[in-house]
Amino acid sequence: MLVYLTRRILVLIPVWLGIITLTFLMRAIVPGDPVENMFFGKGGDPKVIQNIRVEMGLDRPLYEQYVKYLLDASHGDLGKSINTRRYVIDEIGDRYVKTIILALSSLAIALSVGLVLGILAALFKNTIIDTVMTVLALIGLSMPAFWLGLLFINLFAVQLRWISIVGPPDLAHLILPSLTLGLIYAAVLMRLVRSSLLEVLSQDYIRTAKSKGLAIRKVLTRHALKNALIPVITILGLQFGALLGGAFVVENVFVWPGLGQLIVRAIGQRDFPVIQGIVLLVSTTYVLVNLGVDVLYHQLDPRITQRKGAS
Amino acid sequence: MTENIKEPSAVRVESPGLSQVTTSQVGPGPGQKVVPRRLKSGRQRNFQDFARRLLRNRSAQVGLVLLVIVLGAAILAPLLAPFDPTLVNSPERLKPPSLQHFFGTDALGRDMFSRVLFGAQLTLQIGVIALSIAAFFGILIGLVTGYYGGLIDGLLMRLIDLLLAFPGILLALMIVSTLGPNLTNAMIAVGVSSIPGFARLVRGSVLSIREQEYVTAARAIGVSSPRILWKAILPNAMAPIIVLATLLFPDAVLVAASLSFIGLGAQPPSPEWGALLVDGRLYIQGASWLITFPGLAIFITIMGSNLLGNALRDVLDPHLRGR
Repeated sequence: MLVYLTRRILVLIPVWLGIITLTFLMRAIVPGDPVENMFFGKGGDPKVIQNIRVEMGLDRPLYEQYVKYLLDASHGDLGKSINTRRYVIDEIGDRYVKTIILALSSLAIALSVGLVLGILAALFKNTIIDTVMTVLALIGLSMPAFWLGLLFINLFAVQLRWISIVGPPDLAHLILPSLTLGLIYAAVLMRLVRSSLLEVLSQDYIRTAKSKGLAIRKVLTRHALKNALIPVITILGLQFGALLGGAFVVENVFVWPGLGQLIVRAIGQRDFPVIQGIVLLVSTTYVLVNLGVDVLYHQLDPRITQRKGAS
Repeated sequence: MTENIKEPSAVRVESPGLSQVTTSQVGPGPGQKVVPRRLKSGRQRNFQDFARRLLRNRSAQVGLVLLVIVLGAAILAPLLAPFDPTLVNSPERLKPPSLQHFFGTDALGRDMFSRVLFGAQLTLQIGVIALSIAAFFGILIGLVTGYYGGLIDGLLMRLIDLLLAFPGILLALMIVSTLGPNLTNAMIAVGVSSIPGFARLVRGSVLSIREQEYVTAARAIGVSSPRILWKAILPNAMAPIIVLATLLFPDAVLVAASLSFIGLGAQPPSPEWGALLVDGRLYIQGASWLITFPGLAIFITIMGSNLLGNALRDVLDPHLRGR
């Protein structure tokens, strides 16, 4: 296990270097000077512009900037926002937490809804329940998150008046965005759980468990689900990226003060240090989540370890 | 859509020597022994068989109907639209749906039905252009890396892996922030972020196809590598490519509409559906029709292509099932 973990972490280093390099290039290949671009049309004082350039190290050759960026980023120093002159890490820290909260609460909804419906669909395969679930999943998969969000706002805030549209980022204002995102990912999950469970249910050991007289509930919890959920967990890790991306969009529907709102504003203002900081932080999170999922997968499925050991 | 489906069989005819093998590879139809003289009828039968199986599929039927509606709206928009989609008519502002304005009017009195119809043109255009970018580069990278292997394979595939380390829409956001937020750049962004999918799929197919005897045979008689790639390998890798393209189309539409919705794609007054929703959300309290119809249009497009994509996958390439 330790060997495996070490190997996996070592593999992360080039990936992370690659991420930093692409993030750096993103700004470097933009034609023109980033500071001037920001002031474009607003006629900034050339002296001020020059000062900011020197402060940001933009007067140095590109390779020097790259090395500096690499070293700074590995220390968690993401530079200063061109727009607000605050440290990027201060700008994004709190918003990062907000985005993660949104993503995790959506994940919780997606898991509970997706698991229950997926299990139902598998148990009642080829019945009306299965058909209804399939149609629901299709609707969920085809639903743009921002549209579902708007429909929810229209229903719950405008028609029913249960909640105000804009408000502080508290629990009450977390419900609708996480419901929006959660229900959409529940659709993805439901289909996965269904197909994975159906495959497991057709295995010999399930027949054995049934034939020795175990209650169907026990067969399901003790034997089937344990095995059926392993592939689901892998996909969950991959889907976490989509979930973060979805959170970016949904934040803009519900005015949830996370990274999604900030990156849109920063792109509009061409505030590259902020954009780069967000990209770096989110992709690092994504890579780490996938590492976590891999390790978990490794732990949950003894077959993998044994196969590795045999070879 | 139907033109798309025909493509693989159309590509297959060009070189009789190679396509003979190809046809029998792809066409699983019963008792199809293709002899060069009967090649054409064999191919036709192959296509008819494919079309019949596709049309028998319930989800293909629904998907095709939905997509035909969208395609029809796009093509016939100038004929069907009762008003100029950009015509500002202040006295008629924010009118609910009626017989005169099927989808109501927006804050400037523009007819929403006409705007949604013209939006269909933009959406299909975005989807097709983005996918073409993704398919062109993805297929090229997949062919080269899969066939030649070695250093170039290692380098390009690491790059593809790296692109996959950026979650979903983030890569598109990065590209838009580099190029600047507008519709063209949004298409490029969506296209580039879909390259990895194509590249990996094509590379995988090439790896198995290049070991086939007919490729060895072609190489033995001295056919050049680019020609082998183009005439022998690509046509055989076409089925999964088409399936993937159909499955990625809704993603492309969705990401492009999302970009427009957050203000980084098509900009108002463009009638792009995502951009229409930006306008609509401002008036959500009094004019909910402004968000209902553009959203419904996106939903129908995505659902139609999802359904067709699933059906195509089942008919063309059962191996992809569950991916």
